[in-house]
Amino acid sequence: MEYEVVIGLETHAELATVTKLFCGCSTKFGAEPNTQVCPVCLGMPGVLPVMNKKAFEYALKAAVALSCEINNFTNFDRKSYYYPDLPKNYQISQNYHNLGINGYMDIIVNGSVKKIHIHNVHLEEEAGKLIHSEDSGANYSLVDFNRAGVPLLEIVSSPDMRNVNEVDSYMQTLRKILLYTEISDCKMQEGSLRFEASISLRKKGSDKLGNRVEIKNLNSMKSVIKAIEYEAARQSELLDGGKAIDRETRLWDEVNGKSARMRSKEEAQDYRYFPEPDLLPVLIDEKWLSTIKSSIPELPLEKKQRYIESFKLSDYDAGVLTEEKVLINLFEECVKIMDRPKAFCNWITNDLLREVKDKKLDINDLKIKPKQLASLVEIIEKGTISSTIAKEVFSEMIQTGKEPQKIIEEKGMAQISDEGLIESVVDKVIANNPNVIEDYKKGKKNALAFLVGQVMKETKGKANPKIVNELLSKKIVDIN
Amino acid sequence: MKIGIKDIEYIATLSRIELSDTEKEMYVHQIDDILSYIEKLNKLNTEKVKPVTHTVNINNVFREDRLETSTPLEVVLLNAPSKMGAFFKVPKVIE
Repeated sequence: MEYEVVIGLETHAELATVTKLFCGCSTKFGAEPNTQVCPVCLGMPGVLPVMNKKAFEYALKAAVALSCEINNFTNFDRKSYYYPDLPKNYQISQNYHNLGINGYMDIIVNGSVKKIHIHNVHLEEEAGKLIHSEDSGANYSLVDFNRAGVPLLEIVSSPDMRNVNEVDSYMQTLRKILLYTEISDCKMQEGSLRFEASISLRKKGSDKLGNRVEIKNLNSMKSVIKAIEYEAARQSELLDGGKAIDRETRLWDEVNGKSARMRSKEEAQDYRYFPEPDLLPVLIDEKWLSTIKSSIPELPLEKKQRYIESFKLSDYDAGVLTEEKVLINLFEECVKIMDRPKAFCNWITNDLLREVKDKKLDINDLKIKPKQLASLVEIIEKGTISSTIAKEVFSEMIQTGKEPQKIIEEKGMAQISDEGLIESVVDKVIANNPNVIEDYKKGKKNALAFLVGQVMKETKGKANPKIVNELLSKKIVDIN
Repeated sequence: MKIGIKDIEYIATLSRIELSDTEKEMYVHQIDDILSYIEKLNKLNTEKVKPVTHTVNINNVFREDRLETSTPLEVVLLNAPSKMGAFFKVPKVIE
C-alpha cells in the first residue's frame, strides 16, 4: 500500500537572556550543579515569579518573525505534572492565550517554496536536568536545577510536512531565523535547540489523519531525520500487516537506530491547565509591537534570495554563506569594502570552511577581519602572489589575524615577476627535460603543463604563472 | 454526588500518591462537599460578565534581565530530603 507521511514538529529553543525567566539566576551553560538557583526557581513556598522583559520580547520577536497573529492580551498558565525535574510540580507555560497563533514559515524544497503553518508560539520555563546513574542497579536519579526556569520558547508547527526533505528544510530555516533574530544561540549539543516530531501515515489520497506517534529524545537534526524514516517504515509495516497504530510517545535510541514506547496516549497526562495567579497578564499595544517588528532583521530566505540576485551567487553558495551569522557578517563587510562578491564567497565557502573543518577551529572564534580578506583579494588581483600561495597566506590569516601583507613579507612569498629571473629557471628546466620536449613535439600537449609545474617547483610556487607560460611556450616553439 | 471513588483514584494517580480505601471514602465526601458549595456560583447570571483571571487591574509587570546572586549550594541543599554531592537525590525515574 502507498502511504502519505504526515509530519509536524515541536521546537524548543532556550532564549539568549542572561538571567532566567522569573528570577535573576544565570542561564549560563555548564556551571557546577545547583549553583545557579534561588528560592524562586527552586519553587520554595511563598516566592513570586517576576517576568524577564527581555525573554518576553524575544518570544514576541519570534512570533512576529514567524508571521503569527499576535493577541493584544496574553496570559500564563500552570501545567501540572509530577516529575522530579520540575521543582514546583507545575510548569509555568501558556495554554489559553498563546503569544502567537496561526503563523507560517516559508521553506524551500527542491527549488520551490512551501508554506509550513505555525500552530502557535509560546513562552514557558525550562525544567531541571535529571542525571541517571550508569549503574543500572542504582535505585536513584540525581537532579540539577540550574536549567530550571531558563526561558524556553516553544514553536508548534501544523502537520504540514510530507517527507524528510521538508523536515530538514524546516529545521534549517527555523534555526536560521532564531539565529538571525539573535533570540537563541541554537546550540543543539548544549540542548538549547531541540526538536520533537509527530508522525502519522494515511492512505495516499485520503484526507483523514491517522493516529499519530510522538518521538522524543532527538539530539541532532540527523537524529530527527533518522527517527522519522524509522517511524514511517515501522507504521507502514504495521498497517500493511492489518494492524492499528497506537497513539503513543516513543523514545529514539540513537545508538541502536530505533525507537521504543515511552508511554501510550491512554495513560496520557492530564495537565489540568489553569491561569497562573502569580503572574499578571501582558497587554501588547501597537507601539510596542511596531518596535518589535522594526527590530527584526532580514530573514534567511530573503537574504539568500538577495545574495543570488544582487551578487549573482549560486543557490548552493548563497545557502552555505547564509548558514552562520559569522559568515554573513564577514561576507557583508567585505562586499562593503570591495565589490568582489564572487571572490569573497569563494574564500569563505571553500577555503574558510575547509580550514575550520580540517583544523577543528571554532567558527565563532576566527581571527580574520573583513578588511584583511579584502586586502588579500586585492593582493591576488595585483599579481603579487599566486592563488596557491594565497591559500597558504589565508590559512595563517584566519588563525592569527595577521595582515596578509605582513605574512607575505615575513615568509618571502611575493610572486616573482622578474622575467630575467624566470627565464633562467625556464632555460634550466628545458635543459633538464629533453624527453619531455620530445613528447611535446610529438603532440603531447600536457607536457607543457609538466614543465610549468617544474618551474613553479624550482621557484617554490612564487613565479608568476602567466609569465612562465608565455616564456615556456615561446621557447619550445623556438626549439622547433 | 458530583464525584465518585474513580475520580479520587484518578487524581491520586496524577498526584503520585497512594490512598487507602478509608481515605478514598473520606476524600470523596470532603471534595464532594467542596464542589457542591462552589456550585452555588452557577446560580448567578454571568452572561454579561467577562471572565477574569486576576482580581487586580494591573498588567505588564516585568523585571530587567539583570543578573542577581544565586543561593549558595550548601543553603540550596539544606532542605533536600536526600542529596548526593551537589545534587538532589530522588528515587529512580525512568523515561
